[in-house]
Amino acid sequence: MAKTHVTMKVNGAEVEGLVEPRTLLVHFIRENLQLTGTHVGCETTHCGACTVDLDGMSVKSCTVFAVQADGSEITTVEGMANPDGSLSALQEGFRMMHGLQCGFCTPGMIMRAHRLLQENPSPSEQDIRMGMSGNLCRCTGYQNIVRAIQYAAAKLNNVEFKEAAE
Amino acid sequence: MIPGPFSYHRPATLAGAVKLLADLGDDARPLAGGHSLVPMMKLRLATPTHLVDLHGVADLKGISRDGDTIVIGAMTTQHELLTSGDIRQSLPILQEAAALIADPQVRYLGTIGGNVANGDPGNDMPALMIVLGANFRLSGPGGEREVAASEFYQGAYFTALEPGEILTSISIPVPPAGHGYAYEKLKRKVGDYATAAAAVVLTMAGGKVATCAIGLTNLHETPLLATDAANAAIGSNLDAATLKQAASAAEAIMAPAADARGPVEYRKHVGGIMVMRALQRAAGRAA
Amino acid sequence: MNDMTPTREQRTAALEGMGCKRKRVEDIRFTQGKGNYVDDVKLPGMLHGDFVRSPHAHARVKAIKTEEALKVPGVLAVITAETLKTVNLAWMPTLAGDVQMVLADGKVLFQNQEVAFVVATDRYAADDGINKVEVEYEPLPPLVDPFKAMDHNAPVLREDLAGKTTGAHGPRKHHNHIFEWTVGDKDLTDAAFRRAEVTIKEMISYHRTHPSPLETCQCVCSFDKVKGELTIWGTFQAPHVIRTVVSLIAKLPEQKIHVIAPDIGGGFGNKVGAYPGYICAAVASIVTGKPVKWVEDRIENLTATSFARDYHMTTEIAATKEGKVTGLRVHVLADHGAFDACADPSKWPAGFFNIVTGSYDFPTAHLTVDGVYTNKAPGGVAYRCSFRVTEAAYCIERAMDILAQKLGMDPAELRLKNFIKPEQFPYHSALGWEYDSGDYHTAMRKMMETTDYAALRKEQADKRAAFKRGETREIMGLGVSFFTEIVGAGPSKNCDILGIAMFDSCEIRMHPTGAGIARMGTKSQGQGHETTWAQIIATEIGIPADNIMVEEGNTDTAPYGLGTYGSRSTPVAGAAIAMAARKIKAKAQMIAAYKLEVHEDDLEFDIDGFRVKGLPEKFMSMKDICWAAYNSVPPGMEPGLEAVSYYDPPNMTYPFGAYLCVMDIDVDTGVYKVRRFYALDDCGTRINPMIIEGQVHGGLTEAFAIAMGQEIRYDDTGNVVTGSFMDFFMPTMVETPHWETDFTVTPSPHHPIGAKGVGESPNVGGVPAFSNAVNDAFSFLGSTHIQMPHDFWRNWKAAKTLGAVA
Repeated sequence: MAKTHVTMKVNGAEVEGLVEPRTLLVHFIRENLQLTGTHVGCETTHCGACTVDLDGMSVKSCTVFAVQADGSEITTVEGMANPDGSLSALQEGFRMMHGLQCGFCTPGMIMRAHRLLQENPSPSEQDIRMGMSGNLCRCTGYQNIVRAIQYAAAKLNNVEFKEAAE
Repeated sequence: MIPGPFSYHRPATLAGAVKLLADLGDDARPLAGGHSLVPMMKLRLATPTHLVDLHGVADLKGISRDGDTIVIGAMTTQHELLTSGDIRQSLPILQEAAALIADPQVRYLGTIGGNVANGDPGNDMPALMIVLGANFRLSGPGGEREVAASEFYQGAYFTALEPGEILTSISIPVPPAGHGYAYEKLKRKVGDYATAAAAVVLTMAGGKVATCAIGLTNLHETPLLATDAANAAIGSNLDAATLKQAASAAEAIMAPAADARGPVEYRKHVGGIMVMRALQRAAGRAA
Repeated sequence: MNDMTPTREQRTAALEGMGCKRKRVEDIRFTQGKGNYVDDVKLPGMLHGDFVRSPHAHARVKAIKTEEALKVPGVLAVITAETLKTVNLAWMPTLAGDVQMVLADGKVLFQNQEVAFVVATDRYAADDGINKVEVEYEPLPPLVDPFKAMDHNAPVLREDLAGKTTGAHGPRKHHNHIFEWTVGDKDLTDAAFRRAEVTIKEMISYHRTHPSPLETCQCVCSFDKVKGELTIWGTFQAPHVIRTVVSLIAKLPEQKIHVIAPDIGGGFGNKVGAYPGYICAAVASIVTGKPVKWVEDRIENLTATSFARDYHMTTEIAATKEGKVTGLRVHVLADHGAFDACADPSKWPAGFFNIVTGSYDFPTAHLTVDGVYTNKAPGGVAYRCSFRVTEAAYCIERAMDILAQKLGMDPAELRLKNFIKPEQFPYHSALGWEYDSGDYHTAMRKMMETTDYAALRKEQADKRAAFKRGETREIMGLGVSFFTEIVGAGPSKNCDILGIAMFDSCEIRMHPTGAGIARMGTKSQGQGHETTWAQIIATEIGIPADNIMVEEGNTDTAPYGLGTYGSRSTPVAGAAIAMAARKIKAKAQMIAAYKLEVHEDDLEFDIDGFRVKGLPEKFMSMKDICWAAYNSVPPGMEPGLEAVSYYDPPNMTYPFGAYLCVMDIDVDTGVYKVRRFYALDDCGTRINPMIIEGQVHGGLTEAFAIAMGQEIRYDDTGNVVTGSFMDFFMPTMVETPHWETDFTVTPSPHHPIGAKGVGESPNVGGVPAFSNAVNDAFSFLGSTHIQMPHDFWRNWKAAKTLGAVA
């Protein structure tokens, strides 16, 4: 199969590659770019482990062809830390609030939460639960993921984080 | 779960897209949001040898108002519907339904055109299109034409689209100010298709239903317009007996499949419940 | 002392030892996408393998044509049973003493069974290849209903067992029968039932489901022909067991097999067993001389690698009319699918199902379990529970509610009346276990007080009256569950896997600067071992947890262990860690005595070092002792500060808990809402409360999913109808309830640190709480038992059957 040349900006860096038209974006990211933080969980667009930020949208990269992303700007979990290498507010929130266990869903969760907070900087618990409903987690029961996002929102808004009452 | 090989095309104009699809014939499929097609390709239940990506066609995008009609480009995403001020103001039922489609990530890419043109009985927008009296603009090798949503659906995955034809835009007459609306969707979880869903658009006058249209999702191999049910509601104040009568009239035309969402009997029963609840909620919202 | 001297509290806090909500070490890499999971392993020249699978549940394989597949660009080989026979690997032994086809040998016995393995240069080419393999099948009648498995005219599934009247666990009664397992005193139990004033009997089913971790099962096998060594990276909950099994079945010397379990994306029991993918990838690597990766997709995971439950439990309780239980009789029909690949300790064909007497003082009990073959996927794994313990807990907790209903008693009161009393511990159950410790009454009463149980019952009574008056269409249920688990397999006297006793292990090496590395035979799949294991060591030896690196999952470096499942890590490995740490501490004490020039007995351990009794200023920190261990040990002592411990537990541990679910159900749609869920867990000593709470949240969410809809369902022809995350109920954040957690602490008397294990309790106790809530909601309409799962349509069906819906 003839291959197509694609270029993208991934985590701020210009990248390029030769792909088959059928190459899924998630495989391009994981195998061509060797950014393995983006995971494959279900392959049927349900679990969200493969979520990346594509031109300001949270998308499930298992259901997008790499050729469709030609010329686009992508952020993966590897691009989320602060410029000085420290954990970003969201990453810190997930750690502080125990919002992860096996870590497999975490990159997708963080990428989706990142876009959610861009669009809604002060989400209610209900907003978070609805806004994160495209991501499955098998370990945490979600409650601490909600708190992790609330923690990050508070930090980004420069207000004190008050833990939700148990 | 890897798709079979295909050639990728990304035309920049509508004419280019139409020509490609006409030239490539049955081996080609248009690619919109891809969230119905790509999973089918991964299972190799769909094996097109050419994909014509419509994302490069600027003419297929955008929401505009033309007098009393809202025109929505086929490639408008569910996310764009949800954030559009025009839609919020004039067609709030579309936002209520869009928020219940799939999940946030899917809504960034999933398009209204794909949702209405695919012919999947599980899709939510078709019943709304029928209720709202929408017209679909189709473009193909033979030129352009308009088809009413009510005439478009012929069977599961079987529509009025001719080979090589694509849906380009949807025109929806703006319902009168003060109309009531509701989309009641019962589903097992976020991301699921409806077990049963009902769309209602109505107007009230003097405490009674003046006009009413009811649409049903995933309760037949095509979306349904429940005319008898709507007629039962018109002229009433939606008392308990009327609601039951409307539900029965709606159930009479349902023919859902039994699946993991439940047996036929259940899906019809909750279809009736959705009709009743949508009527009540719509009436509560009407001026 | 000057002002800068840290207080005792500060010194203790600096250790981040046991009881501390220590933030996880793992999260630094996981939050940055820097985990290393199996599919992240990429080796030069690596190939990919993928399976051709059977569309039929039962069929004869007439021919497999591979010519067209081999023409596909990138496809290098197609392996079939015939290929595997050349290396005697067409079949493999299961952990349950059965054998299982690696690739279809003449027949297929379940839908999506592995038929051929296509090896190609990448996963795209492999997928192209499997679509070009042509298999000719002759369909045979499928056997789907386990209750028909032993009919005289039932189809013969396992032709390989023809004439075998004895299996791994005794006599076989029928060609589809696997084993019969019997425990308890039949005569005494029969007598109890003859004398009983009240009895109940109900067939309680626990449907087939699946653990379905977010990362599927996968491996990379790399065979080095020159060295004759096989390295396997895999999603293994028990890497050492895999090494031994591979050695035994592939006849490779065990020292030449290197098994590495890197980061694992959840296990929940799915990653204990050995699957055909591992064998095929290994053989493919040996055949091609290149590394071969196998990654199953989600559909394959749900339909082929394991399942859980599928127990059909006919349950009878005998009692007095005052509600004192006098006898328990249970018969289980266990659907094992096409091969008995149950991942239990070898001598336990039904796991520890004989914990079915639960938290109650049954004077006598009798249990029989019949295992049968059907045309379904093999497995029978412990999905977030100890072996068959969740089935047992569901069985008894449902049955106690049914008894309460018959007696007209409150289910919580009935439980309080029958609990094993604190003074009865250690308690010997009628079915053979010795419960280590418990205080059930305190836990139950705390639950009832915290939730204001009495007020909830009052509210329910009012709502029922309103429902009967036609004022509401909503019914309310209170689901009480009080479970006793049995975890920590296990003592060598009764637990082994393929003959290897189920001990666990820890090796600690302290470095001169007061840091160290600890290695265990366990393998975290999200439990946070890297964090909590270091906390145990920190408290035991007084070195900050941050200075202890924990390493698991590499069989070359870790001491032999039996792995992580069945909530065994804390009870068994946690004990090994404490014991290894105590060996370190004992040697440290000798070094400190030498350096402080006192007798060992004159020293006492004080948080982070040794102090001379009565002379508080004479103190040597553990950090300094580490240094001394490498330059000035007492004469005659070996230098260094290392220890290994292999811990064979004297008994299991018995965590318990009291749960309450408050649920409202709309009878017109069957839609339910979990209004409140309260979970009190007693897991003994608590190592990291933050992680315990996380484990409880996760286990409750899985329990919620299972009880309310998560099912592997087959149609009459043996097709799986719930093979993707669309139909296999995997709740999102929106459906998942809010969880309230609470605890009591009753340490295990035999465990070095008193810990019992917690990861699986919420699944074990949660399922009956949800199911009892649904059943309780409907009970006033006249039902005694409604089978799980309680999804919307089944709730509606129940309402309709009971006349609550027209």
